[in-house]
Amino acid sequence: MSILAGAGTLVLVQNMTGVQGTFHTRLMLEYGTRIVAGVTPGRGGQIHLGLPVFDSVGEAKAATGAEATVVFVPPLRAAEAVLEAAAAGLELIVCITEGIPILDMIRVKAALRDSRVRLIGPNTPGLISPGRSKLGIMPGSIHSRGPVGVISRSGTLTYEAVHQLGRFGLGQSTAVGMGGDPVSGLGFTELLTLFAEDGETEAVVLIGEIGGAAEEEAAAILSLGYPKPVVAYVAGETAPPERRMGHAGALVEGGQGTAAAKIAAFVEAGVRVVRNPALIGRAVKDVLG
Amino acid sequence: MRLHEHQAKRLLAAFGIPVPRGEAVTSAADARRAASALGGPVVVKAQILSGGRGRAAGIRTAANADEAERSAGDLLGSRLVTAQTGPEGKSVRAVLIEEALPVARELYAGVAVDKKAPAVLVLASAAGGVEVETRAAAGAGIAREALSAEGGLLPHRVDRLIEALGLTDAASVRQASELLSNMAKAFVALDAGLIEINPLGLTAHGKLSALDAKVVIDDNALARHPELAVLRDVEDLSPAEREAERFGLNYIRLEGNIGCLVNGAGLAMATMDLIKLSGGAPANFLDIGGGVTEDAVAAAFRILVSDARVRAALINIFGGIVRCDLVARGVLKAVAERPARIPIVVRLEGTNAVEGRRLLAAAGLPLLSSSSLEEAAAEAVRSAGKAASP
Repeated sequence: MSILAGAGTLVLVQNMTGVQGTFHTRLMLEYGTRIVAGVTPGRGGQIHLGLPVFDSVGEAKAATGAEATVVFVPPLRAAEAVLEAAAAGLELIVCITEGIPILDMIRVKAALRDSRVRLIGPNTPGLISPGRSKLGIMPGSIHSRGPVGVISRSGTLTYEAVHQLGRFGLGQSTAVGMGGDPVSGLGFTELLTLFAEDGETEAVVLIGEIGGAAEEEAAAILSLGYPKPVVAYVAGETAPPERRMGHAGALVEGGQGTAAAKIAAFVEAGVRVVRNPALIGRAVKDVLG
Repeated sequence: MRLHEHQAKRLLAAFGIPVPRGEAVTSAADARRAASALGGPVVVKAQILSGGRGRAAGIRTAANADEAERSAGDLLGSRLVTAQTGPEGKSVRAVLIEEALPVARELYAGVAVDKKAPAVLVLASAAGGVEVETRAAAGAGIAREALSAEGGLLPHRVDRLIEALGLTDAASVRQASELLSNMAKAFVALDAGLIEINPLGLTAHGKLSALDAKVVIDDNALARHPELAVLRDVEDLSPAEREAERFGLNYIRLEGNIGCLVNGAGLAMATMDLIKLSGGAPANFLDIGGGVTEDAVAAAFRILVSDARVRAALINIFGGIVRCDLVARGVLKAVAERPARIPIVVRLEGTNAVEGRRLLAAAGLPLLSSSSLEEAAAEAVRSAGKAASP
C-alpha cells in the first residue's frame, strides 16, 4: 500500500496549461500518474498534452471522476484554486505553488476546518508513491518502492534523504513534502497517523527544520507510543537565531522553534534523532535491522 | 519586508492610529527646521531597518532645535551598530524628528500570525518597553486574542486585551479599543506579517500614542500592494544582500569562513550543520532556489568569493527542478570573469549531475569534486584550514 495516493488515483492538474504545469504534467504522465484532465479558466474545451482541459474543477470532476488535484496556479490566485477544488469535492489537494500570502493560507485553513479535504503544501515538492503515482515535481528516478515512509518540510533535503535510503537499498512506501510555508495543510501528526496504519510502511523518516512547532507536536504524538520506528533529523542547528521575527513572533511562539528544542522533544519521545544529515539513510537501515 | 519607523507610523496613522507629530529628514539643517516647526523638546531617531537602536545611542532627546541639529548631524552618515545589526552596523541615511511627549506609562500592543492555530493574534500588555519579552516570561500578563475568520476583533476579546493593558478609565478604554481594532484592520489591509507598537505611550494627558512602530509586510503579498512595494529600502542592505535580492537568491551572512552555495533552504541548513559537525564554520546561508538561471548562479558564486573572510567554498546541489549542468555553467561563467582565489569543493547529485560534473572537469579548474555530502563537507573544512594557515 501507500498513503494518500496509489496506482489507481485519478488526478487533475490545475493550471496544467502554464509553463510549470505543462512541464511537470508531462513528467508525471511519464512516471505513470493517472492524470485525467487539466483545469484552466478560459481554456475549457481545449486539448493539452493529449488531455481535456476544463474551465472549472467542478466540470473536470464531473467528466472524469477525478479524486485528487495538483495545483500549479500562480501565488495570488492559488488560495482560490485550492478552495475551488475543495468545494468541488476533491479530497486530496497537492498545492505546489510557492509564495502564497500567509493571510490567504489562514483563510484556506479556516475554510477547510472540519472538512474531509487533505491538503498537502503549499510550497511543496508534492508526494510520490514510488512505482505507482507521483503528484509533484520531485525527480522520480531517485525513488524506489519500499518500506520507508518519508515526511519532510524541505524539498531538496528530502531528495538527499531518499538518495541515501537508495544507497542502502531502501525504497519508500510514500514520500510526502509538507511544504516549507509557515501555514500549510497536513502536518507531521496527520501523516504519522496515516503511516502508522499503512501496511507497507515499516519505518518513518521525519525531516524537520527550525521554526514553528510542527516537530514538537509530532514528538508529543510519538511519545504516546508509535507502532513503527521513527528516525528524525532537524535542519538548522547552526542557523542564526536573529532571523526570527522580533518580539511579537517570539511572544506568539513562546520559545518554540529552535533546533535544540525540537531535538530535545524528539529524544524525549524516544525517536532516533540523527544530528548528521549525511547519516539519515544509515540510521534507517539500523532501525530496520 | 520590514519598513522604517517613519514609514510604519505614516501607514498606521492612515488607519487612525495615534502617532507623535514628526518628520523624517536627511540633513542636519532639515532636522533643525523640523524641530523648530514642532517646537519644544524633540526626539531624534536614527532610521535603520534593525532594532536595538535605543541602547546603541541611535535615539536621542533634544531640548531644542540646536540640539536636534547637532544630534542629527552626529547620526546622519554614521554607521550604527546595534545588537541586531551585526558588527558592520547599518548606515544612517535618515532621522525621524518627533515631538517628545510626556510619557506616564509604556504599554505594548502587537498583531502577529499564530502559525500553529493558524490565526491572526492581537497581543497586549501593560509591560511595554525593551524588556517586554523577559517581563512576559516572568509572568507579566500578555493577552493574546485571535481575529475572527472575517478579520475582525470581537468585543469581548477587545475587553480582555484592554484589561491586560491595565486601562480602566473610560477615555483610555475608548482610545485603546479603537487603537486595537485599527491595528487589526491595518494588519489585514496591509497584508502584514507583523505590526508592533512598543512602547505604546500613555501620556500625562491621558492620550495613547505609538512611540515606536514596527511593521513587516508579507513579502508574498507585495505583488498585490505596489504602493507598499515601492517603500522597500534597498540601500539599507549590504552590497552582497542587494546583489542577492536582485537575483532572487536567499542569502544570509554568518560568521564563519566556508562559503556555501546550495539549492533549497532545508538542504542549505543541513549543509551548514554538516560543516559545523566537521569542525568548520559556514560564512553564509545561500539558497539559490528552484527557478534559478545561469546568471543567478554566477551572481551567487560572486557573492561567495567576494567575501574576504571566505577561505573555501562548498557548492552542494541536489538537482530536482534545478539542473546540475545549469549550476556548473553558472559557476564556470563566474570563474571565467574572475578566477577564484580559494579552493572550491563541488558536490553535484540528481538531475543532470553527470553532465554537470563533466562540464566542470573539462574546464580544468582546480575544483575538488565529491559525490558524497559528508566527504564534500569534510574536504571544504580541510581546505579552509589549509588556506587559513598556509
